[in-house]
Amino acid sequence: MSALGELKRERIDQLAARAGQVPEGEGGVSLTRSALRRLRRDPVAIIGAVIVVLFLFVAAFAPFLAPRDPLAQSLLSDIRPGFIPGSQEGFPLGVDNLGRDLLSRLIYGSRQSLMIGVISTVLGVIVGMALGVLAGAFGGRVDTLLMRFVDILLSIPSLLMAISISVLLGQNQYALMIAIAVTQVPIFARLLRGSMLAQRGSDYAVAAQALGIRKSRIVFGHVLPNSLSPVIVQATLSLATAIIEAAALSFLGLGDPDLARPEWGAMLANAQAFLSIRPELAIYPALCIIVVALGFTLLGESLREALDPKFRR
Amino acid sequence: MLRFIVRRLLQLIPILLGLSILLFAWLRALPGGPAQAALGERATPEAIARYNELFGLDEPLIVQYLRFLGRAVRLDFGTSARTGRPVTTEFLERMPGTIELTIFAMIFAIGVGIPLGYLAARKHGSWLDSASVIGSLLGVAIPVFFLAYLLRLVFAVELGWLPGSGRQDVRIDATRITNFYVLDGLLTREWDAAWDAVLHLILPAIALGTIPLAIIVRITRASVLDVVNEDYVRTANAKGLATSTVRRRHIIRNALLPVSTTIGLQTGLLLSGAVLTESVFSFGGVGSALYDAIFARDFAVLQGFILMLAVVYVLVNLLVDISYGLLDPRVRVR
Repeated sequence: MSALGELKRERIDQLAARAGQVPEGEGGVSLTRSALRRLRRDPVAIIGAVIVVLFLFVAAFAPFLAPRDPLAQSLLSDIRPGFIPGSQEGFPLGVDNLGRDLLSRLIYGSRQSLMIGVISTVLGVIVGMALGVLAGAFGGRVDTLLMRFVDILLSIPSLLMAISISVLLGQNQYALMIAIAVTQVPIFARLLRGSMLAQRGSDYAVAAQALGIRKSRIVFGHVLPNSLSPVIVQATLSLATAIIEAAALSFLGLGDPDLARPEWGAMLANAQAFLSIRPELAIYPALCIIVVALGFTLLGESLREALDPKFRR
Repeated sequence: MLRFIVRRLLQLIPILLGLSILLFAWLRALPGGPAQAALGERATPEAIARYNELFGLDEPLIVQYLRFLGRAVRLDFGTSARTGRPVTTEFLERMPGTIELTIFAMIFAIGVGIPLGYLAARKHGSWLDSASVIGSLLGVAIPVFFLAYLLRLVFAVELGWLPGSGRQDVRIDATRITNFYVLDGLLTREWDAAWDAVLHLILPAIALGTIPLAIIVRITRASVLDVVNEDYVRTANAKGLATSTVRRRHIIRNALLPVSTTIGLQTGLLLSGAVLTESVFSFGGVGSALYDAIFARDFAVLQGFILMLAVVYVLVNLLVDISYGLLDPRVRVR
């Protein structure tokens, strides 16, 4: 489980309070534009972006890139107990214990792994944001009630939470995504609520109120867009967490039972049994997970630095 | 100070109540309900009805919840479907192992992390600095269980330097007092038993401690770099204090405040990581029991263990908060 998933209340509120602060001396340029400009100059951001785009490309064009059918079994006569053939003609990375081409499975696996990461994060962001907007816009009793609920969710270690939800929903890929999403909901709720509260007292919000603009319009047209930057940063970082968490749940036997869909986490979990025979079967999917997680983390960290002036070094 | 502690303790009550409702609802929401969970998928409707009557599951939900709460307060979570033993007994027997592992992992993470982060900051821009930044990014991205398997494969299976499973060699006939194996060995002066338990802890502790290590290195480095540029450090240097004094009294002491916050935050992470690490090393703590319970769909154990672990997590966080109150008087005012 990534460290970034395990944010505590105070930390989240701290991050939230700094949303939308404009760095000194750059008042004239819009925040988005100045952030983009800083991102383009940041080598870390570029490395992160290249990694992410590369893997998205591989996932999108998997059928064209994969040399073989990821499910087709070959070289079966060569597989014996205690021996799995390695790299050879036509199988650049060798085959797995069922004779399926490892490279093709890795390429197809990027689809499933990225999809789990993206869908669970999007789900977590949507639900978390809905709760956060409710709490941030209404304040008062609604806020207290929602935040008590969110605090309870935050008080359960996220892997334990994901385990209970996957056990409850049964073993399938949707359960996996929902389980990961639920662990992210409280973080986004708290984050957005905090940054909306910080924005609500700002001059432009008060001015809009004085002009007699409807409350819903102030919330959705003014406060919300200005509160989004910490959410965007956290969402990028959460993509990394989600992919690693999916692998952990696969390892715990709570992953996608459909073996026809290659997925890095499941491949890694399955390969543990053959670790002393062919460690590559585990190492390659693990490398994919590490590199993708690294890509999202680098991108997220540099986004944070670009959007949040206090983080700059 | 006392008022601060009491207020924090009172804040626990709604959190614990909420948790109990969630976990109560969890068992009810299982397909087929608790009866099916206990009797298996092929239970007849009559058997389910009898089970429901026997355990009062046909009564109104609120009555059932209050009864569940009453039992939970007395730490009664029923018996494990797999072993037939009370859930709480299993938990209490296994918790010392997990605590030991967590302590060793934290010793590793702090003992390596703070010096490394400090050195990286002092040699800002050097190869050591870059290596520690890259390493700390990698450390967070590696799936814990994969790292555990890798360590086990290399150092236990291939090289045979360290034991790769269990908490102690089965051939050692150690006396048990507290179930903290290292402590037991020290208390009974069975030095070989204590040493063997320590050896068994090394690999799991490294696997478990890697993520906190990565984070501690990062935070220490960042916070030392922050402090070095503070006015009071310049003042201290300007008034001619010895460099070592400035480092010890002004830089390190101030830089460690955010680090201590981070260390506190890692407890929940360690509990999660322990489930994964312990299962790889068949460690016999709470984590490996939880792992077995997932595969056996042992709901009583899952429910009881998750609730008790969450309570441990909340309590540890409380302790951490209280210790900040002691360390930094400003926290108390809030």
